[in-house]
Amino acid sequence: MSEPLLKVSDLQVHFDIPNTSRMFAPKQTLKAVDGVSFELNPGETLGIVGESGCGKSTLARAILQLVKPTGGDVQLNGQSLLGLNKQQMREARRQIQVIFQDPLAALNPRMTLLQIIGEPLTVYEKHLSAEQRRARVMKMMERVGLSPNMINRYPHEFSGGQCQRIGIARALILEPKLVICDEPVSALDVSIRAQIVNLLMELQKDMGLALIFIAHDLHIVRHISQRVMVMYLGKAVEIGESEALYLSPKHPYTQALISSVPSMDPDASRANQAILEGDLPSPLNPPSGCAFRTRCKLAQPHCAETAPVLVAHENEGETRLVACHEV
Amino acid sequence: MSLLEVKNLNIEFTTLDGVVNAVNNLNFAVDKGEALGIVGESGSGKSQTILSIMGLLASNGRATGEILFKGQDLLKTPEKEMNRIRGKQIAMIFQDPMTSLNPYLRISTQMTEVLRLHEGCSKAEARKRALEMLDLVKIPDAKNRLDRYPHEFSGGMRQRVVIAMALLCRPELIIADEPTTALDVTVQAQILRLLEDIRQEFNTGIIMITHDLGVVATICDQVLVMYSGAVMERGSLQDIFKRPLNPYTRGLLHSVPLPDQSRGEPLYSIPGNPPNMLQKIQGCAFNPRCEFSSERCFQSKPELIEAGPGHWKACYRESGELEAFERGKVS
Repeated sequence: MSEPLLKVSDLQVHFDIPNTSRMFAPKQTLKAVDGVSFELNPGETLGIVGESGCGKSTLARAILQLVKPTGGDVQLNGQSLLGLNKQQMREARRQIQVIFQDPLAALNPRMTLLQIIGEPLTVYEKHLSAEQRRARVMKMMERVGLSPNMINRYPHEFSGGQCQRIGIARALILEPKLVICDEPVSALDVSIRAQIVNLLMELQKDMGLALIFIAHDLHIVRHISQRVMVMYLGKAVEIGESEALYLSPKHPYTQALISSVPSMDPDASRANQAILEGDLPSPLNPPSGCAFRTRCKLAQPHCAETAPVLVAHENEGETRLVACHEV
Repeated sequence: MSLLEVKNLNIEFTTLDGVVNAVNNLNFAVDKGEALGIVGESGSGKSQTILSIMGLLASNGRATGEILFKGQDLLKTPEKEMNRIRGKQIAMIFQDPMTSLNPYLRISTQMTEVLRLHEGCSKAEARKRALEMLDLVKIPDAKNRLDRYPHEFSGGMRQRVVIAMALLCRPELIIADEPTTALDVTVQAQILRLLEDIRQEFNTGIIMITHDLGVVATICDQVLVMYSGAVMERGSLQDIFKRPLNPYTRGLLHSVPLPDQSRGEPLYSIPGNPPNMLQKIQGCAFNPRCEFSSERCFQSKPELIEAGPGHWKACYRESGELEAFERGKVS
């Protein structure tokens, strides 16, 4: 097996929150990401799913060093990103790019496409002349399905799907190794979603990109990812091959998440859908032991005592990591 | 008589760039206890349709035609009387529960206001009924939560509060505009179950606007597919999902990856972008993106015709032609 492109080990992002309940109360700690580990190979796609507030986006930001991790390590090509100075970090960021959820908000409304898509080049490839930069931008625009003659237009002249294409062009113009997609299709119409997913898969194949695909549309995560990680309150509860994970989810939370997706079959029985009761508990005050036990149908008294760790389950050549006492 | 009947509804907006026809010649009906799903992309006119039912169109908008609620034409109803219907007989649930609640007011104030205004309840009576309703939508510990502010609730709970508010006066019709789009799948499942229970318990009519076809399949009996302000297809849930007759409906259904589709292979996608309403399209509005379009699709707009009992379509192609074309592509 080749060297993993990205290695995240025991990553923690804890935020100190001042306690406003009374004066001089001790600070509280919000564990947004609490001990997440995974590896990503070149050209591979890892899907990350979970409810809002489970730490998916914070994890993405911590990988990019946009928030400082409070513990653990992130290694890109064997090099730790944590101790880098500004200059070194800038070099490393060239390899990691990001695509955001709201395509219009991610683009500066006062910049033309040439400026937006070409900006990474002005930072990283200063030797390029304006002519060369323009040519690169036009090539990239064509690559993502935008007509190059729109190069001098502004973002507001484009629809949501086209804006997302602009965001993708900007992320890929430096030919990064890893692209983190934070809910890239959630804000788009159904018919446009498939276009963008296809474009991402195609570009991934051509450019050998590794993708981290964060989404809450489980159908699409399943479709695009080789492996999927399910998160709950800052921890990974299940990691496995996407196909197998969807067919036979092992963790009760994964099971609930998958059965919550409304079926497209009008004949499907609505009655035996397992519905998860309640809301995500407050991350400031998570339940003791297993964080999921308050909503879990398998919960036993001992679940309140110790937190389960990820344990490997082997089944027909597939390795599945599950964090549950009852599996 | 249907609970709500919309006849020949046209909505146009006068803008600086000219007149925009947001909705063209729309017809549909909802009965008591029935759930109608309106499906369409952004700009298809679905939101404007329901705003016109509620009499809430923007000031530059104008609706013509008839909107009959229990036989009364809402478009001709004076504002004062509309105020008595809105919130009492027809209630609305908006997409974003944070913006539809007033952050400065306690939940109790917002909920009792509806009852005091519409039913003249006393303060104590209104509080009691608000509490009952919060229990009904399964807000845990409702008694202590009644005097909280919206920011103290999670997204799913806020949407429950909004639904409870909509139900306070036992409306006969609930209009829900993408009620679960902003929510997680787990919470979405809870909210859909809740709406279904309410419909069965109170025999409420529901109009559900969404672009999630899974939501439609879960809760609706009738489906209306809109594109560019016009109806593309209308029929029962079974008709639309099992025997779609319009290429646009078929495209939408195919765009969702199915569990049995092998991973990584390209998804079916409808080419192009949703239409710009300012640009006039000759003939069928979908023709620039349609794989089945032919000469006549560019010349004139297909009428909505009844293709089977209760199943209406606006497309020139025969249903057999669509299937043959798709089979040809596969083999």
